[in-house]
Amino acid sequence: MELAGQTWVGQSVPRVEDAALLTGRGRFIDDLATRPGTLEAAILRSPHGHAEIRAIDVEKARAARGVVAVLTGRDVQALTSSMVVGVKAPLECWPIATDRVRYVGEPVAIVVATNRYLAEDAMDLIEVEYGALPAVIDPLAALEADAPVIHPSLGRNLASDRSFRYGEPEAAFAAAPHRVEIAVRYPRNSCTPIECYGVVAEYDPGEDSYDVLANFQGPFSIHAVISRALKVPGNRLRLRTPPDSGGSFGVKQGVFPYIVLMAVAARVAGAPVKWIEDRLENLAGAVSATNRATRLAAAVERDGRITALDWDQVEDCGAHLRAPEPATLYRMHGNMTGAYAVRNVLIRNRVVLTNKTPTGLNRGFGGPQVYFALERLVQRIALELGLDPLDVIRANLVPTAAFPYKTATGAILDSGDYLGSMEAALLEGGHAELLRRRDAARAEGRLYGIGYTAVVEPSVSNMGYITAVLQPAERKKAGPKNGAQATATVAVDPVGSVTVHVASVPQGQGHRTVLGQVVADVLGLRPSDIRVATDMDTVKDAWSIASGNYASRFAPAVAGAAHLAATRLRDRIARVAAGQLNVRPEDIVFRGGRIGSASNPENAVPFTRVAAATHWAPGTLPEGLEHAIRETVFWTPPELAAPTEADEVNSSLCHGFIFDYCGVEVDRVTGEVRIDRYVTMHDCGRILHPGMVAGQVTGGFAHALGAALYEEYSYGADGSFQSGTFADYLVPTVMEVPEPILLHRETRSPVTPLGAKGVGEGNCMSTPVCIANAVADAMGLADVTLPLVPAVLASHLHPAETAPKGRPAATAPALSGARQLFGEGTAEVAAPAQTVWDMLLDPQTLQTVIPGAHGVEKVSDTHFKADVTLGVGPVKGRYRAEIHLADLVPPRSVTLSGETSGALGFGSGRGFITLTETEGRTILGYRYEAAIGGKVASVGGRLLDGAARFVIGQFFASLARHAGGQAGESRPGVFARVRRLFGGAP
Amino acid sequence: MPRLGADRRHEVRFTLNGRPVEGEAEPRMLLTDFLRHVLGRTGTHVGCEHGVCGACTVQIDGAPARACLTLAVQVEGAEIRTVEGLAPAPDRLSVLQESFRAHHGLQCGFCTPGILMSLDELLSRRPDASEDDIRHQLSGHLCRCTGYAPIMKAALDAARRLRGEGETAADA
Ligand code: FES
Ligand code: FES
Repeated sequence: MELAGQTWVGQSVPRVEDAALLTGRGRFIDDLATRPGTLEAAILRSPHGHAEIRAIDVEKARAARGVVAVLTGRDVQALTSSMVVGVKAPLECWPIATDRVRYVGEPVAIVVATNRYLAEDAMDLIEVEYGALPAVIDPLAALEADAPVIHPSLGRNLASDRSFRYGEPEAAFAAAPHRVEIAVRYPRNSCTPIECYGVVAEYDPGEDSYDVLANFQGPFSIHAVISRALKVPGNRLRLRTPPDSGGSFGVKQGVFPYIVLMAVAARVAGAPVKWIEDRLENLAGAVSATNRATRLAAAVERDGRITALDWDQVEDCGAHLRAPEPATLYRMHGNMTGAYAVRNVLIRNRVVLTNKTPTGLNRGFGGPQVYFALERLVQRIALELGLDPLDVIRANLVPTAAFPYKTATGAILDSGDYLGSMEAALLEGGHAELLRRRDAARAEGRLYGIGYTAVVEPSVSNMGYITAVLQPAERKKAGPKNGAQATATVAVDPVGSVTVHVASVPQGQGHRTVLGQVVADVLGLRPSDIRVATDMDTVKDAWSIASGNYASRFAPAVAGAAHLAATRLRDRIARVAAGQLNVRPEDIVFRGGRIGSASNPENAVPFTRVAAATHWAPGTLPEGLEHAIRETVFWTPPELAAPTEADEVNSSLCHGFIFDYCGVEVDRVTGEVRIDRYVTMHDCGRILHPGMVAGQVTGGFAHALGAALYEEYSYGADGSFQSGTFADYLVPTVMEVPEPILLHRETRSPVTPLGAKGVGEGNCMSTPVCIANAVADAMGLADVTLPLVPAVLASHLHPAETAPKGRPAATAPALSGARQLFGEGTAEVAAPAQTVWDMLLDPQTLQTVIPGAHGVEKVSDTHFKADVTLGVGPVKGRYRAEIHLADLVPPRSVTLSGETSGALGFGSGRGFITLTETEGRTILGYRYEAAIGGKVASVGGRLLDGAARFVIGQFFASLARHAGGQAGESRPGVFARVRRLFGGAP
Repeated sequence: MPRLGADRRHEVRFTLNGRPVEGEAEPRMLLTDFLRHVLGRTGTHVGCEHGVCGACTVQIDGAPARACLTLAVQVEGAEIRTVEGLAPAPDRLSVLQESFRAHHGLQCGFCTPGILMSLDELLSRRPDASEDDIRHQLSGHLCRCTGYAPIMKAALDAARRLRGEGETAADA
């Protein structure tokens, strides 16, 4: 039988997704109708990085308008069990804090009300008493013997420690003339899709079952984690996804703890519950990539050839080890030698817990961390041996004749022409010219550098790779895990039109369009004839634990499965057609919407007629053919075997190749990095849709640029989170992202049905280190740390600055690591000093003049308590303050010190006030310093100084007005207040 | 401006994409919530609710504005345009929308409505907008999917076509 002509795959056809998305008719989770009576949830989150919860008082919140239920950790624990943890260690993982909080943003209570506004109102009424604990932020510090222990059950912060040995690394190091070693840190960042998480959950007590709609992205192995946590069998957790999802890049895997929380909330509330995450919640508490501290050493020959690698990786998974972590550390296990042929490898992998957001999937997933170390090392080898970095890369690349090539750690690099791709990239991307630009810039004294990276981009993860974290014996006991089942269903309806369903759950990658192309080619139809659904329903659809959109598995695996399903259905239909046309099935072709005989083009019938036949007249089917209505294919590649006894892991099915280089200039004055040219060469196998491949590359490049230059989850030493808005966590805009030069080679993969490989994550692996190498080259730096923010680079360019004058010497015990504020000023009050002094010590007056004060209570002459509502930037909240007076010199000076805490944050500070009287007027002088933590520090960081100045200014202005208005009265008279209200002169 | 009771709902009326609309809102209700959940026009998206991402951009009396930083009661009597009002007919796209499709100027499409509303305003006010002008207008929007290059191409192509200088041609 002749194959259908390959007409659609490979073309950049317009996307079927676009018309709806461009006209506001997308169907994202928050766009969908919910059942009448659906409630909305708000989540109270920890303002502390590490603290024990002493008490939670939810009574006021329960009584608040519109509130149906309030849940704390205890309520959730009563109905669930801990989420499974991927290592053998005495660790639990709850979706909500139970006895202590371990990161800023950790859920502490859930309020369910008739709408979100009311839920948030009630949330402010919850009182939590925290006992702050010392926090640990740095992964290496977390390993030290005296580090605060985050999970007492574990007794330390080390959750896993495994060592691996491949080949004869000790002998290779002993024999090599050079040992080159680096120590690097990879920072924390997150891909922050523009749409946040959303969950709508419902509980049916009759069947003890949960029905959940969530913009989850897979992997659906997590379905088992959720149903276990909810204590129901899998078939009693119906998980559905909305038709559209606003980006994910891995992040929306991390919605699953909230699925558990909302499912329980719905059960307790007795009604469906909807929760839409906001951006602060997302940045502080959703999911981030891991940060990692790596030591890497290489045994190197004189020509730059690496004979052995010695890895020591310390992976920081944050406060909880959430499924599928520590997968970030093991996803690259087969690829620890990158694009290089290195036979001897030592690896030590440690996983530590710190007081930071738990980690999870993020574009690149382990690749950025590995390649930052490996490719910095390659540059260092060139530097130390006086070689051209390109020659070091050439000397080590896996030779073209060696494919398929099994790496030392077990990956099978399926195909490629690394050297050929690299040389082509140098030629086509204008490398020679770039060298001239560099030389010209340097001749003018400018800081210009060039960086290179060669990277293998793995795709289609082996579901078994994570078991490499277990000892071979433990693995054996647990039973083998492997493969990557992809599924696709192709069906025809009674009028012969074609429907495709896959469990791929895209978030904007255009899967529906590509599947239309793939299936149209097989069936000789147009893509517009094919209707594709990619949303998921675990009760009705074909799926497996590997389903979902991650590990760049769509083009190589899912599209391949759809191709196979369409092909099987086509073969069935061909048999029907052969009977009708009286030819042999081998003679049948599908072309132009018709099915006919290859040898006699006249002898043909419309596709729809034949395809509909088994619906209408099954009795006419050829013998042995049951139907030609629907085919569901489960496809898993045999190459994805379980890890071996020797810990060899084929962690991914296929491997693209990327060679990048770039020229950058660093501004000598500001330290700003400008990218002069960025060239990225990809060999991602067969390209199914060039426009989408380009989009994946430019999109991944922008993510990587952000990671290289701007983005970082920033934490204070006390665990306070300081990048809670998009004004603090800097995502690149169109002004920062240059357009890279895209180049392609096509070496088809022999192990995927369509010859395609993944392409979406590669630049997240190659670009950060490529830019870092270029900046290191420009500035002559041995070590560079991401993100390459101007402030850090400028510190290499300029001598250290002296501290600004005028700051008061630190006197208050400042909260270490929190946001520090300083300020001073004067104010004039038209009253004698004694009057002002009395006012300052009078609770009634203070209540009137303190901005936002509700109640000021005098505990003793030197101790006041106050309730205050203050707004800083986007967060307005209620705080309780305790103020102590000391060093009173009436009526001249006083020192105030205090602490404040509220749902939105906490702070401590000290102020020094002086009163000087001249001619019946008093000049007040003040100096203050304060440290702020919690939510206000996360979101209002850059506004805090201004806000503090504003509030203090208001205080003194109000005091002045007050003093002037009542001329010696110590209490505000009703008359004076009424007069002010109507604008009368005070 | 009339005094509004914080706990009371108030009638809000304005023109949305050329048609009169009305609904009730507490004074604190955001325009995004009002458009999306009171009026059911979910095309306007919310990406940050603090004025940085631009996903919520609509046109208020012809000027682009962040609906997440606007209260519903503030737009009483105003002319509002949202992404739902861009296409000339339900089965046709505007020139700008068409260029976005041709150049793959969107992936997940979550940032897209805001970007379209900003660009639509620029290109109708300044048909001769330069590449720099367009870049500047786009600088108030975050897109996590595309890397911006395809958006720039789409915008430049739309500007060209709106000036009558040639047809949309896909880049690949
Ligand atoms: S949602 Fe309004 S700017 Fe982000
Ligand atoms: S297309 Fe997804 S954020 Fe712009």
